[in-house]
Parts: sequence; C-alpha cells; structure tokens
Amino acid sequence: MQAAITDALDELTARFGEAVLSIQPTADGIPTLWVSRDRVRDVLRYLKHDLPNPYRMLFDLTAIDERVRLHRAGQPASDFTVVYVLLSFDRNSYIRIKVPLQAEQASVPTITDLWPMANWYEREMWDMFGVNVEGHPYLRRILMPPTWVGHPLRKDHPARATEMQPFQMDEDLEESEQEALRFQPEEWGMKREREGADFLFLNVGPQHPGTHGVLRVVLQLDGEEIVDAVPDIGYHHRGKEKMGERQTWHTYIPYTDRVDYLSGVVNELAYLLSVEMLAGIELPARATVIRVMMSELYRITNHLVWFGTFAQDVGQLSPVFYTFNDRERAYAITEAICGARMHPNWFRIGGIMWDLPNGWDTLVRDFIAYLPPRLKEYEAAVMRNGIFKARTVGVGTYTLDDAIDWGVTGPNLRACGIDWDLRKKQPYSGYELFEFDIPTAQHGDCYDRAVVRVEEMRQSLRIIQQCVDNMPEGLHKSKHRLTTPPIKEPYTMHDIETLITHFLSVSWGPVLPPGEAMRPIEGSKGMYAYYLISDGNTESYRTRIRTPSFPHMQTLPLLTRGGMVADLLAVLGAMDFVLADVDR
Amino acid sequence: MRSVLANLLIIAGFVMGPLTIAAGLVWLERRLLAVWQDRYGPNRVGPFGLLQVLADTIKMLTKEDWVPPFADRWVFVLAPAIIIVTVLMSFAVVPIAPGLHVADLNVGLLFFLGMSSLGVFSIVLGGWSSSNKYALLGALRAAAQMLSYEVFMGLSLMGVVAIAGSFSLVDIVNAQRHLWFIIPQFPGFLLFLIAGSAEARRIPFDLPESESELVAGFHVEYSGMKFGMFFVGEYMGVTLISAMLTVLFLGGWHGPWLPPVVWFFLKTFFFICLFILARASFPRPRFDQLMEFGWKKVLPLALLNLIITGAIVVATGGQ
Repeated sequence: MQAAITDALDELTARFGEAVLSIQPTADGIPTLWVSRDRVRDVLRYLKHDLPNPYRMLFDLTAIDERVRLHRAGQPASDFTVVYVLLSFDRNSYIRIKVPLQAEQASVPTITDLWPMANWYEREMWDMFGVNVEGHPYLRRILMPPTWVGHPLRKDHPARATEMQPFQMDEDLEESEQEALRFQPEEWGMKREREGADFLFLNVGPQHPGTHGVLRVVLQLDGEEIVDAVPDIGYHHRGKEKMGERQTWHTYIPYTDRVDYLSGVVNELAYLLSVEMLAGIELPARATVIRVMMSELYRITNHLVWFGTFAQDVGQLSPVFYTFNDRERAYAITEAICGARMHPNWFRIGGIMWDLPNGWDTLVRDFIAYLPPRLKEYEAAVMRNGIFKARTVGVGTYTLDDAIDWGVTGPNLRACGIDWDLRKKQPYSGYELFEFDIPTAQHGDCYDRAVVRVEEMRQSLRIIQQCVDNMPEGLHKSKHRLTTPPIKEPYTMHDIETLITHFLSVSWGPVLPPGEAMRPIEGSKGMYAYYLISDGNTESYRTRIRTPSFPHMQTLPLLTRGGMVADLLAVLGAMDFVLADVDR
Repeated sequence: MRSVLANLLIIAGFVMGPLTIAAGLVWLERRLLAVWQDRYGPNRVGPFGLLQVLADTIKMLTKEDWVPPFADRWVFVLAPAIIIVTVLMSFAVVPIAPGLHVADLNVGLLFFLGMSSLGVFSIVLGGWSSSNKYALLGALRAAAQMLSYEVFMGLSLMGVVAIAGSFSLVDIVNAQRHLWFIIPQFPGFLLFLIAGSAEARRIPFDLPESESELVAGFHVEYSGMKFGMFFVGEYMGVTLISAMLTVLFLGGWHGPWLPPVVWFFLKTFFFICLFILARASFPRPRFDQLMEFGWKKVLPLALLNLIITGAIVVATGGQ
C-alpha cells in the first residue's frame, strides 16, 4: 500500500513539476499534496483517467477557512483551502489534493465534468464558505435557505444566535421571504411544457409520509411518468460541522450520534478513530472488541428500520411492526449496556464509557438466537413476495461505473457487484480478527440493494457471536494521557499535580496535538469519515463530516427519471438514507 | 305478501345494517390488523375497545365542517354522499335469507353492477373537486382502475348467470341448493374476488389512496364527517363485495343445521376477514402493473371462463 502511494506521488511530481507546491505530512498517512489552483483540474483528471490504477471515486470535497489557524508550518499561504479527497479501489488508498486560495480571489474551477457528484459538493462549499466555483452549472445555496446572508462555516460567521442581533421579521421581510419560496420551474432547471402540453409539477415534501423526514422533492410529471425529480435538501441542517468548532473534542461525541441517528455508536466510532489518530492513542483489545460488537448491533438496528420502512414504502403494512419489534429487543441490549437507545453517547476518546455490565452476554446470546428465524420469515414475506419483486426488480438501476462516479458507497455500491467493504479492505478497530463475508449483488437495482442489506444483518450477527465468544479481558480504556475522562491509573489523583491535570482534562477537555486526520469507516449506510483538523486546542479547528447519504440523495434524479410516481418511493426506500445524515 | 310495516322494517334494517356493520368493521379491522402485526390495537374505550368507533364518530361529527376555499364546493360536498347512496342501493338486491330482501329484481345482478359503476363517480368527483394535485392523481388512478375492473367483474359473473339461467340474485342462490357455484365456477370466483377488491379499493388495489406516495389520494382534502363518509363507504363496499361473494359463489344462506341468516353472516364475515388479512399481507403494485394485470391476465381468463362455461351449458342443455 505504501509503495503504491509513493509511486503515485512520484508520478505526480514528475509530471506536474512546480504545480505541486508541497507535500504535507498528516497524522492519517493519507498523501496530501498542495496543488496550484490553475493546474488542479489537470491533476485531478490525470488521477482519475490517466494514472495506472486510477483514483476513480471523488470521496470528499470541502474547504477550510485557514484565516485564524496558527499551526500551518510548511503549508503554502492560504485563506481558504479547497480539499479534494480521492479514492482508488485498485490501490486501496486515498489521496488528498489541497488548493490554496486567497480571500480576494476565492474561486476554483468546477470538476462536475470529471465527477458528476461534485455538483452538490461544490454547491455546499460555495454555500458554506463562499468559495466560488467557475463553470458550475447550478451554483445556488443547497443547505441554507436561498435568502441567507453570509457563509456559515467561515470563521467570522456567528455560531450562535446570541452572537447575532435579535431576529425580527417585519411585514416586508415576511413578504420577501415568501416571495423567495415561490415555485418557478425554470429556477429548478425544468421546462413548463412540452409540445404544447403542460407538465404537472408535484411538490413532494418536506412534510410527506413517504420521504422519511423533511426531504422535499419536486417532480416534473407527464401523467404519472417522472420526467425529472429534483431533491431540495437542507431542512434538517443543524450546522453539525460548525458545532464541532465550538464543542471540545470530548463533548462533541453526543453530536455525532445524531448525524446518522439510526446508527448510534457507528458515528461515534468514525469520529473517535480520527480523534485517536490525532492523539496517537492505541486501544486495549477489550475496548476494540466491545466497539465492534456495539457497532454491529447498531448496524442491525439500522437495517431493521430500513427493512420495515422499505416494505411500507411499497405498500406492505405489516413488516414495519415486526422489524421495529425486533429493533426494540436490540435496544434492550444497548439500554442495558449504554443506558440509552438511539443516541448512546457511549464511546470515549481512548475507549468506552464503562465496562460491560454483568449478564450482558446472556442478553446478546438471546438476541443472536432470536433474530435469524425472524429474518427468514421476513425474507418469505417480503423478499420472495411477487408484488414486492415487481415493484423493485429493475427499478432505480445504476451500473457500477455510474455508482462510482456518483460517489455511492456501502450496500448500495455492493449491490452493483463490487465487494468494497472497509471492514475487510482497510480493517479498523480490529475487524481483521473476525470472520465474515461481504454480501454483494449484481444488478444495482432496488431489489439487489435489499438483498445485500438483509444478508448483512446475518453477517453482523456472525461478528457479534464471535465477540461474545471471544471477549478479551482487560481494560476498557486506554492508559494514554489524552483518554477522556482519564482512568485513575497511572496519571491522575495521586498528588496535587495529577489532580490538577485531571481537573483540567475533565473541565476543559483534552488538548490534541496540531494535525489533520481522517479515518473512513464502513458505516451502516456507506462510508463515513470525519476529517478533523486540530490547531492544538481543546476543540477542533475544522470538523468535516463526510456522510454517505449526501451523495446517495444526489443520485435520486438519475434513479427516478422515466419511472412512475410509485417508483420514487421504491427508490427512496431502497436508498436507506436519513435526512440528518444528508444535511448534517 | 308481506305487510307494509314488515317491508318498512326490512328497508330500515337494510339501511341501518350495513352502516352498523361498516362501523363495526372499523374496529374489527384495527383489532385484526393488530393481532397480525404483533400489537394491541384500540383496546381502551369500552370493553375490548368496542366503543372506539363511537368515540371516533363523535370526534368526526363535532369537527369543523371544512371545505377548502379552492375546492369546487357543491361537487366537493356531494361526492362522499354518492358512495354511501350507491352502496346502500346495491344492498337492496342482496338476499340474506329466504324472503329477507328489499327487492328481488329480475335484473338484480345488473343492478348491482350498475350501482358499483356509479360509485366510481364519488371517487373521481371527490378527487377532481378538491383542486389538489395528489387528489387529482388519485382520482385519475381510481377512474382507470375501477372502470377497467368493472369490465372484468361483469365478465367474471356471466358464468354464474349462465349456469343459474337468471340475473335475479334470489334465483342464483336457489340454484345453489345442491352445489355451491364456487365449485363449477372456481375461476369465476377468483376473478370476482380480485375485481371485487379492486372495486372496493382494498390493498393490493388501493392505488387511488396509496398513502406512501399520494398521501391519501382522492380524499386528501376531506376531513370531518365528509371524510367519514368515504371511510364508511369503503367498509360498506367491503361488506357488499363479501355479501355478493357469499350470494354468488358460496350458496348464500344455504347450509346445514344453522338458520339461513346465520349462515349468510358467517360466510360474509369470512370474506371480510379475508380482505383484512390481505391488507395485512400484500404490498401495492404499481399503477401500470395493475392495469397490465387487469387487461392482459384477468380479462382473457374471464373470457375463457365464460366461453367454457357457455359451451358446457349449451352441451348439457342448460341442466
């Protein structure tokens, strides 16, 4: 892997010469190149098309407001930095390309022609940072309302309402705000008529039983046939990334729970792996195995919710009650272990909150015995149902190439026939010690996405079984200094010095060494990654959350064009998204 | 001849009966669904939650009688009444026991088919007058679906008519004294079951409503008792189709030991439960799939059934 990276770096520097401004060492070991703004498109095109074993997926695209950052030694001068992260399946590695921009000329060329998925990412970057994108086909706000003033992730934008003037809405403002919401098909890139016949525009959401939350989709219909579908997101935007810049490393953990709120600790794991990489913490074996067990349990609860609601989306009323019932049993376990259900707030920097309670293994074993026969029943009732198949087979199909171009990950990608699962490909948290298979399917349609997820539940059960059978003894937290809250041995509560150290680390939180780290993991919906930048402080300088639902939602028009209104529901149901994960 | 008083009593019974049964079905459906879905259902109001219906009715009656300002007012108000009227009229020709019916028309079956055709207007007009895109899509679906399945419904029954030699429902029941028509007319039975649930807009044929994509379809703008009329109309429709299945294929009131009325109600009840079970089990097909299923599968089968039945009737000389 290391050889493959240096090989790519050498070729890049040889080919682009002085366009490569510098190479930045990072805590995560992902090769990070600074490239000048004028050549970045060439570099990216080369990495995608011409390099042997190319970087085919644009994994993430975001920006950093560098204007108040202290620790930037060795990096080119920059007010705003645009960050591209690419992923190569053949090399099994990432590469990070950074572009330095000055405040007066904060603008980059678009790469939507290289990766169609860059569309939303560039819009988000413009929305959040005000970094202009030249040549972008549709550069409008995406998460913030159209009338918003300012760019929230800039350091000079207030993070709290108390930092702003009191908000007042007089009549004029009310009218202009309402006028801004008036639906004009042209603004959405839609025509009003075709050959003299009017299209029907159907506004689905943000309050609609089939959208699983506050998602709005505007449909352009010809009869019941979907000519175009444009998702409108941002209704669930809570400024998670901005909050990361105010909360300490430790107190941000509960916020991560609520990003993909169906997957609980999986979010915490993604966040903490990056934090621990920055801090250089190694975990004791028991802590990692407990983390794996709980993550897999939450993966099952996520898939159970998805399974029931998917069936409901295609009109089947009963499965949702069965799967929620089963999820309740899984929550009984998490409740006994973490004391919470959906938002456990249970992993800690350097370990987990508490050790497992007495009798936990019986609970888990009961669940492992309970679920498989139920899954078998659901397969008979849902997956083998003729009407269900008619609604999902061949509906909402993308090819593997399309999926990669659009940044699709997780079960949706595996339904296209590639066995890309980070738990196997880039094992983290000790996943290399477990025996399990990666289910895949071939057709990339709604049905195959379901096939993959149902089988994943079985594989998760296998992993949990191995955790129960082989739970190592030992500490549930690391003895590292930065473990939060620290265990008493060996550093704290012995004399006044260690007492003060303890006091500071509890009241202020840990101070992480300056650096950058990102550790992508295989979440329940796809690849999650927290790209964290520490400026040597108690909180992060920049928290970037790469979620799978955001690019997945962007594929909605691709999947629904030419289908019927009912197909929209099948596609949304099979996609497995939550709006909190789309908007953050 | 029955006295005038007896006639009036029977008519009153035929009006009140279906309404009461429909109200009871609201409770029954919710409880049965709950049983099949591993939960309790309404069990708080009165014994076994039986008074839930009463509570719901009071709620609906005391709600604001709201007509959206953009709706076509008179059509909007009249539409829910049509379904109640047409279904109740259909019950007039249903014989419950020997002599226990409102009218024994010699075209009873045609009357039933005609009334159920009229029922479509309720849905279409309700959806259209709402001036709501979801309602409109629901109404369009309803029009296409119900008119198509109307055709198959009529055809699927012609075998029964051919064997019984009459359109009168009383004659049809009498013709089943020795052998229920479900045996010689099994394909016809299945086709009528399918077409009937499409007429009653029950899952898997509830596309006009399909709450997952059209929210509530044609009745999305309705509330209060006007919604209640659609609601009750649907359950009366289920009762009517179950009663017709009983009359046409399960020998109506015929059966050993028990009194005829009891047999009739038992059989009808069985079909009602079957419809509820279907609701607990099936997903919903897509609109084009539904039409394809109707025109490419149900229609040829119905025709084939009619031809074979006709040939047999002719060959055996109508015996």
